Amino acid sequence: MAGLHKSEFANPVINWVDSRLPIFTMMQKEYGVFPTPKNFNYFWNFGALAMVTLVLMIVTGIFLAMNYQPNTELAFGSVQHIMRDVNFGWLIRYVHQNGASMFFMVTYIHIFRGLYYGSYKAPRELLWMLGVIILLLMMATAFMGYVLPWGQMSYWGATVITNLFSAFPVVGPKIVTLLWGGFSVDNPTLNRFFALHYLMPFVLVGVVFLHVAALHITGSNNPLGIDVKSPQDTVPFHPFYTIKDSVGMCVFLMIWAGFVCFAPNLLGDANNFIPANPLQTPADIVPEWYFLPYYGILRSVPNKLLGVCMMFASILLLLALPWLDTSKVRSARFRPIFRILVFVWCATFVGLGICGAHKPEGIWVILSRLFAFYYFAHLLVVLPILGKLERPLPLPESISNPVVRAALARSVAVAAIVAALLGVQSLSPAHAEEEIVLPAQKWSFAGVFGTVDLASAQRGFQIYSEVCANCHSMKYLHYRDLAGIGVEPGQIKAIAAAVTVPQGTNDEGEAKEGPGTPADQFRSPFANDKQARARNNGALPPDLSLMVNAREDGANHVYAILTGYADAPSTMKMQDGMNYNKYFPGHQIAMPQPLRDGQVTYADGTPNTLDQEARDVVTFLSWAANPEQTERKQLGIRVILYLGFMACVTYALKRKIWAAVH
Amino acid sequence: MAHSTASTDTHGHPADPSKRDMLELLAGASAALLGAGIAWPLVSSMNPAKDVLALSSVEVDLAPIAAGQGIVVSWQGKPIFVRHRTPEEVKAAQDAKPSELNDPQSDAARTKPGHETWMVLIGICTHLGCIPLGNKATDVRGEWGGWFCPCHGSQYDTSGRIRKGPAPTNLAVPPYAFESDSKIKIG
Repeated sequence: MAGLHKSEFANPVINWVDSRLPIFTMMQKEYGVFPTPKNFNYFWNFGALAMVTLVLMIVTGIFLAMNYQPNTELAFGSVQHIMRDVNFGWLIRYVHQNGASMFFMVTYIHIFRGLYYGSYKAPRELLWMLGVIILLLMMATAFMGYVLPWGQMSYWGATVITNLFSAFPVVGPKIVTLLWGGFSVDNPTLNRFFALHYLMPFVLVGVVFLHVAALHITGSNNPLGIDVKSPQDTVPFHPFYTIKDSVGMCVFLMIWAGFVCFAPNLLGDANNFIPANPLQTPADIVPEWYFLPYYGILRSVPNKLLGVCMMFASILLLLALPWLDTSKVRSARFRPIFRILVFVWCATFVGLGICGAHKPEGIWVILSRLFAFYYFAHLLVVLPILGKLERPLPLPESISNPVVRAALARSVAVAAIVAALLGVQSLSPAHAEEEIVLPAQKWSFAGVFGTVDLASAQRGFQIYSEVCANCHSMKYLHYRDLAGIGVEPGQIKAIAAAVTVPQGTNDEGEAKEGPGTPADQFRSPFANDKQARARNNGALPPDLSLMVNAREDGANHVYAILTGYADAPSTMKMQDGMNYNKYFPGHQIAMPQPLRDGQVTYADGTPNTLDQEARDVVTFLSWAANPEQTERKQLGIRVILYLGFMACVTYALKRKIWAAVH
Repeated sequence: MAHSTASTDTHGHPADPSKRDMLELLAGASAALLGAGIAWPLVSSMNPAKDVLALSSVEVDLAPIAAGQGIVVSWQGKPIFVRHRTPEEVKAAQDAKPSELNDPQSDAARTKPGHETWMVLIGICTHLGCIPLGNKATDVRGEWGGWFCPCHGSQYDTSGRIRKGPAPTNLAVPPYAFESDSKIKIG
């Protein structure tokens, strides 16, 4: 029927629009007065939190794309450009990078909520299936996004994941070539991954819309898992759940800000601070934590094709979950056996993740097979049978007249979250053949309140210039950046002018050189990598711009290497041109001992001991790798205090609003 | 807004409405501030980055430029006109009366003392950003012998001052200094 919608809004402008396009009526119906079960616990926050994350990821992503270059020659450098030169670039990038982890955290909890309270059962099967599709899309998006920084893990992650498709007979290799646009992961791959990484979030938005639309047809499930019987069972969505979601959002943003400002690379891999090298795979290659369980399944199967199929099946089977679970009772609260087994099942999922983080050797292979076996057995055998055999507890009359209090569920939920966090904690891969223990040093820049000791960093720059720079480049730094460690503008000009840098071509078209300016990059000691290798016994002296980030426990690592030179034990056969070092993996390092007592003379009279020199140069390198670190931590303290205040205000308001219902 | 939510207290005992109003105001304001706080770094990221701001200066060797000729060099991505003026052109520029000028400015204020034969300008028409003609002796230079913008016909004199046409102001003079008699540094 054509004709104007009969709008009930009093405001004439809103009424005019609403009569022609009833978006206000829709919002009012779906988010204003929408009847929502009144017994939600905080688990019901996570859908909204996922939505908030999706929006923040899209917004930060768009601004990153304005400065990113999807080209194998430029990508890594453009990320450093974002981190170092773009205003607030480091903040936007770290929000986006950690946002991927936050997105999976809230989504996994959201899925657990659905599993525990039976939200996948009739009539919400399609709602659940759309959710599984969202998970798949998220995974594809996260994977392609991880490729974009074009570090070592990006490159080798892309290689390994795309090669999964090669397992399929006949068409496999063709699919892989199609994905790559070539015969290895290369520029065409990076280009298309960027295009798709930009596209997929909008596809996600579309599916999320369907997910929410389906939710608003069936209505929300609730912790009791019973249907809404009367209006007494519900409250309008606004303000009751808008405010409750706001409380959760403040806490969630605090956690996110905590990661961004105080541990931005905790969930990342040090190897990704090394530019992609198609000729060398890193020694330890593990996916991001959110993919570890699937990786665990993949590696638990000794057959390539079967492993890949099992991995895909582990997610695709979830599509059939509404029919695999034959019990009519939704909430685990009334299913005593299921309630235990759903935790067991989630534990196997976490267990698979822990297995995925370790080298597939010894106990880890056995464990991963056990876990993988139960993961599938739970879905294919336990759930169908359990639904028939289990005797559920009596269900309450209605939501307004529940027989059980939520306290127990709450404690179970808290326990589950704590267990999950502990699980994540133990994911950190520990798999060096021979454990080298790096002595922990005290650093000025360590901890939440630590700041870079500028005098020490300046002395470190002196050491870099006089010693390290003979072999090591720092090409992501510019002379102007030295202002960050308190070098005066005049001094910076003098430092830059002392080096000769290429300056394009002269009027005759010949390459021209001249004194540097503050805008120039730190001059590299060698013209290119080949020359660097040729002059250094075949070993390439790595760029030091990101060295402290590119090694596990970087500051202590670099300090240990610099101070770890010693005479080789007589039992050790040293190769030609190699030097013994206590802390270098394998103990044979091509770099001769660079620093000794008295190596440099400090203008400020600081004793020039080896310890002091190493300390200063590490302080300088730590600043060089993370020039934003002091600003970042100070911003973090302010943001978290602000969000904490906001959490208190919204919580107080939430209590006021809910006072009448409780 | 504040009161519409109060009516949702279905059980009929509104809990201290004034305190709730205060909390709503506080929550709303802090949420708005949070939104602004998120938007600020994003918008700020669109401003020139540090590498753009640090763009280096350009040195120009004046020796090869004969009187009556001009060259164009690039500085901060902008064309810079460097013109070696003939004595007649200098005189014409210096003799112009302020009343004849749309944007009165003396020639002395636009050149460096002792180097009056050299005119250094940002070669962007102040109307809508086209690059005026006139550096080459063969170019159209307009009625005042300076520069002529082909887009909308703005005419500049030998000091780069606007004389006729839609451009509102004179061609801008970039910051520059003489390093020696035959070398300038722009920026």
